[in-house]
Amino acid sequence: MLSISFGGLLRRPEAGAALGLVAVLIFFAIFGGVTFLKPGGMASWLNVAANLGVIAIPLGLLMIAGELDISVGAMVPFGAMTVAVISGHYGLSIWLGVAVALSFGVIVGLVNGFLIIKTAVPSLIVTLGSLFAVQGIVLGLTVLITKSTSVALATEGPAKAIFGDFVMGGQLQVMVLWWMGLTALYIFFVHFSPFGNWIFAMGGDKVSARNAGIPTDRLTMILFVLSSTSAAFVGMCQAILYNSAQVAGGQSFIFNSIIAVVVGGVLLTGGFGSVVGIFFGTVTFAIVTQGIYYTDFDRNWSSLIIGVLLLGAVLMNNTFRHMALAYTPKKGGK
Amino acid sequence: MSAPILALRGVNKSFGPIDVLHDITLEVRAGQVLCLLGDNGAGKSTLIKIMSGVHQPSSGVIEIDGVAVGLPAPRAAAENGIATVHQFGGTFPLMSIGRSFFVGVEPTKGWGPFKVYDRKRANDIAVKAVRDFGITRIDDGDRLVGGLSGGERQSLAIARAVHFGARVLILDEPTAALGVKQATHVLRIVNEAKKRGLAVVFITHQVMHAMAVGDHFAVLIRGAVAADFHKGEKSREEITDLMAGGASMASLEAEIEGYMASHDGHPPPPAH
Repeated sequence: MLSISFGGLLRRPEAGAALGLVAVLIFFAIFGGVTFLKPGGMASWLNVAANLGVIAIPLGLLMIAGELDISVGAMVPFGAMTVAVISGHYGLSIWLGVAVALSFGVIVGLVNGFLIIKTAVPSLIVTLGSLFAVQGIVLGLTVLITKSTSVALATEGPAKAIFGDFVMGGQLQVMVLWWMGLTALYIFFVHFSPFGNWIFAMGGDKVSARNAGIPTDRLTMILFVLSSTSAAFVGMCQAILYNSAQVAGGQSFIFNSIIAVVVGGVLLTGGFGSVVGIFFGTVTFAIVTQGIYYTDFDRNWSSLIIGVLLLGAVLMNNTFRHMALAYTPKKGGK
Repeated sequence: MSAPILALRGVNKSFGPIDVLHDITLEVRAGQVLCLLGDNGAGKSTLIKIMSGVHQPSSGVIEIDGVAVGLPAPRAAAENGIATVHQFGGTFPLMSIGRSFFVGVEPTKGWGPFKVYDRKRANDIAVKAVRDFGITRIDDGDRLVGGLSGGERQSLAIARAVHFGARVLILDEPTAALGVKQATHVLRIVNEAKKRGLAVVFITHQVMHAMAVGDHFAVLIRGAVAADFHKGEKSREEITDLMAGGASMASLEAEIEGYMASHDGHPPPPAH
């Protein structure tokens, strides 16, 4: 039954992302040489990809389910600041800081999900609201508590090794391992366990999904909790890694993760996409932003490449999706 | 004669001050197709929603197998074997046939936390269920539902409902968006479902389609059953006239309004 053909591969949601990745690799290999594929060069874009990817996959799942969460942009500094204030400013246990940072992620996710299922206001608006609200909380509380917008944090021992250290020769962030592990978990849950089907069904047609007995409200809550907790997790790990946290920053994650998801072949209106595609999209994005350093181009041009890449990917993904829809198995001699 | 699978007795429904349905009494029997005819705004969709547990009647009784039960939620209707198939099939265009067939009840293989979705089994069962209904063009469960024709999507949705144990099929304008050939497909499937002993509630505008499969007809006008008759009791012209707002429709409407004004808002008993 399972025949691997070129056409069959093109009809998969990650086809565009894979081709985009190849194109970007060729482009930078020509203009920058292969340095960025050597261990040192790889670490630079893998680190970027890992931090982005941990947020992009749950965000992509939300988009497959027909929702959006832009409050991740505030959850990154929120997670960072929470752990820095608790374990740095107050000097409490790092584990307490980690636990509180992650539970704030869960709480914001629950609030987002609750507002969306109760009010039916589009998730873009609800999470735009929570984006600003959380930014305000982070800035206000940090200045109130510490009289500063930057908080130092010194971590040692297992917490440092688990959440914010360098591995394999001191260049690769431990986040890369988290990213790989989480990606494998997501692939299993989305594409192999029965629950993944529910996410696609929900994005395809929410009413039909609910009529088919899928707990759409609970699933919405879970996905929002997943995305905001992942963002808080990334922020927390960055604070532990860099030994400090700033109230600003994190906004770049909003657009970067949406770009990674869309380049990865997820349909903005929901119902179509894949974790592998988001993975490819994230890697592609990271290579473009980091690969530019290995070329003679001014790095200011990288946004241009990303913009063109995004548009190209969307058009290509549309084409591939139409091919998938129009596909009818050929009968011998018609 | 045995009790009807699904019966409404004197069902009324109002939304706030607006009365949508008046004293609806209808019976749906196994192996019969009840055609529900009526113009837009006649209350057909509200009636369907009451039968499928989405809305609750303001007064009146819903009977299943002769026993008065309520349908407090869509789930209760589903548990009683009442399945609704909507105009566009209620399927997911970008999912494969196998996956959309088993949404919410995915077959799995493996053990413990490593249970995985059994793609091959889902595809095989889905394709077989559709082919049993005579749609032989579907033979690959990996195809996306959006690539099927409108008739095939309807057929898939009906086959799905039957596979999961439906006894009453409520088809909401299944042929409205279809071409002649596609509609014929769906009508053939309705007949097949009837032959299998299902009760079918078939909502339509098209008298031709209703005549082709219907055993029993009910015409809704302004939320009341204006006419209730069996196959062969009325000619196509008479039904068309009733539905399409011809002379008899206009007189019926005036009659009903007059009757309701003088009878405390109750509609007249349906004509036979």
